[in-house]
Amino acid sequence: MAQPDQVNTRPGSGAVLLSIGLGLGILLTIFMAARTSDPRYQVHAFVFMGAFIAALSALVLGLSSGRFVQDQGRYEDGVIRAGVIASLFWAVVGMLVGLVIALQLAWPSIFYFPEIGWLNFGRLRPVHTSGVIFAFGGNVLISTSFYVVQRTCKARLAGGLAPWLVFWGYQLFIVLAATGYVMGVTQSREYAEPEWYIDLWLTLVWVTYLLVFLGTIWKRKEPHIYVANWFYLAFIVTIAMLHIVNNLAVPVSPLSSHSYSLFSGVQDALIQWWYGHNAVGFFLTAGFLAIMYYFIPKRAERPIYSYRLSIIHFWALIFIYIWAGPHHLHYTALPQWAQTLGMTFSIMLWMPSWGGMINGLMTLSGAWDKLRTDAVMRMMIVSLAFYGMSTFEGPVMSVRAVNALSHYTDWTIGHVHSGALGWVGFVSFGAIYCMVPWLWKRPRLYSDRLVEWHFWIATTGILLYIAAMWVSGIMEGLMWRKYTPEGFLAYSFVQTVSAKHVTNIVRALGGAMYLTGTLIMVYNVWRTIAGHVRQDETGAVLVQPSASGPASAGLAAAQ
Amino acid sequence: MWKHHQKLERHSLLLVIGILVVVAIGGLVEISPLFYLESTIEKVDGIRPYTPLELEGRDIYVREGCYLCHSQMIRPLRDEVERYGHYSLAAESMYDHPFQWGSKRTGPDLARVGGKYSDGWHIDHLTNPRAVVPESVMPPYAFLAKKELDYRDVADKLRAQRTVRVPYTNAMIANAAKDLEAQADEFSSDGSALKQRYGSKVNQRDFDGNPDQISEMDALIAYLQMLGTTVDFSTYKADAGENLR
Repeated sequence: MAQPDQVNTRPGSGAVLLSIGLGLGILLTIFMAARTSDPRYQVHAFVFMGAFIAALSALVLGLSSGRFVQDQGRYEDGVIRAGVIASLFWAVVGMLVGLVIALQLAWPSIFYFPEIGWLNFGRLRPVHTSGVIFAFGGNVLISTSFYVVQRTCKARLAGGLAPWLVFWGYQLFIVLAATGYVMGVTQSREYAEPEWYIDLWLTLVWVTYLLVFLGTIWKRKEPHIYVANWFYLAFIVTIAMLHIVNNLAVPVSPLSSHSYSLFSGVQDALIQWWYGHNAVGFFLTAGFLAIMYYFIPKRAERPIYSYRLSIIHFWALIFIYIWAGPHHLHYTALPQWAQTLGMTFSIMLWMPSWGGMINGLMTLSGAWDKLRTDAVMRMMIVSLAFYGMSTFEGPVMSVRAVNALSHYTDWTIGHVHSGALGWVGFVSFGAIYCMVPWLWKRPRLYSDRLVEWHFWIATTGILLYIAAMWVSGIMEGLMWRKYTPEGFLAYSFVQTVSAKHVTNIVRALGGAMYLTGTLIMVYNVWRTIAGHVRQDETGAVLVQPSASGPASAGLAAAQ
Repeated sequence: MWKHHQKLERHSLLLVIGILVVVAIGGLVEISPLFYLESTIEKVDGIRPYTPLELEGRDIYVREGCYLCHSQMIRPLRDEVERYGHYSLAAESMYDHPFQWGSKRTGPDLARVGGKYSDGWHIDHLTNPRAVVPESVMPPYAFLAKKELDYRDVADKLRAQRTVRVPYTNAMIANAAKDLEAQADEFSSDGSALKQRYGSKVNQRDFDGNPDQISEMDALIAYLQMLGTTVDFSTYKADAGENLR
């Protein structure tokens, strides 16, 4: 490990400032809770208050016992360990809610309760989407970025307690968002549902995150910023831009949980899908590509395939992705010139996407045997295969003629899940399987055979899920437009609903298998952390963290 | 070229600025023209702001996440126009903060559901969807009929809407609560004032069939029954030059 200046520093003015901020926060939330006439707003004021009081108590206790002394010669790994545990916790919650709403669509008379509104599909669906994207995915991104930026810069995380503020602040955001959804606090903007005050809180946390990340880069001992960090930076900066613009709104009052968006109708729709598609492009793609650029070379113990390809990949991807939003609005009241622009750039996007996939896949050249021997490696490589598949399917669906059939149907849901379960899920699981032994200083995972089980059950689950959604999506799309020979519409709407019953069951089964795989992983990680090793297993691939990161290896290859 | 890129790899702020410039271009080119190109929104007769009761109903529609399964955007495709009615115009959602176009049709499109079914059908269907449509997968909303509508802040809502440029007048804001009560009661003496402010086509009746209270069901059905009914299509010329986009 790098040994920078061996100084122990105490958190000084930062901790004092944080305490004052928390104290003011407590006063503000007392005022909010006391004065509002909106019960949902009041609940959230109490959640804020509880979190601030807990944080202040922890801060005072920690300061008085001297626990916050920072050893600048060591990496800050505590916050990453917390992030890994939080990732797995939210993965189970988010996927479980997804399974529940899948069952609701398959058997509505069993899984709905007439008097309990907060268990309805419309309230739970955002809990599922935000739970897997922002709670699971977000924690994976924050914790891996903290891991990668320290190793590739050979510097401890900047900002003293600030990384912990980012971690706990982000968990508070998740709790506020999820409790808000079940109570009906929503802006109705897909993947940006949290209301104005939760958005403000996230902005604060996100700016802190950016400063911690940049501050660590400024402390680096390496002359170059490694490619994974470019992707993390693009993810953090662009998400900040998208989040702020898309959430511009006017609250009904400062004491109301409700707001109205600044924009309306057609402009509002394009801004929302400019945001929505780039939540995919920058949260679910750029951020996880950063994971690819660090963990695949590291696990394979080879430099990244091509340094020049990674430069082209990076700039082409972030430039083109931003334009793709209008393909969510084909044939709508959005002017056709905007639709055509969105479609054109979506098709162009295929190339940088596959360029990145090739850069990751070819990193394994000369070490393809690892696909057979190392289930963790296989998981990450298969995630790239799913990435390649869904970034090909996406441009196809963005063609207006195809979109006329696929839009509004389950095909879109299947497309999202091949990307989310196959690419985002698997590359995250791969990174966590890599990180857990490194972070907890264990020789290896508890069981590699359980990783095999996880891999095969989850892969089968994904295939069932996306196959079911292709069938039901294309079927309902064709049924909606089917005419009788006499020129009448052949099917009523509800006939297309009942036709999907079987595929809805298969979809729920696929989701249940994917969740099962995740539960196996949780067990495996828990036993690893506890220090157990399954005895009757041999031939495991062992990767120890070494002093030379892929940064130096990649740059050496390039030079 | 590769040499020049090294500058970005060595200076984090240059890299951040580079990223910001590159990701800003697409949005600027695609989104900003929508605010000044006059052809973006058609000129049509009949579009009006929501009445206070409809606005409350719309907020319930948002709260319950209806948009996750029901679109409000009919595309100009033969089967959609025959199934749902005239394709949706941009003008029809010009006062929608936020828009409710949706992205998924687990249930049918609702852009023109107004007037298609009776209030009684809506009550039965919302209370227990499978009592009316056995194959439906929609959640039940029986609690809406029991829950009294909380409209203490309805004037604040209109005021916030005016801040985002919905043309509510001072009189509309001052009479928001009175207008809301009048719309849920067909015998209300304030009905003529309501119609003077929002137009003669406004539905004024007891939507939930329970005259004892103004429930959330009243508000939601009032909203559903006006959806897609405001535009006067007899005066709208789809082929006119200014409407071709």
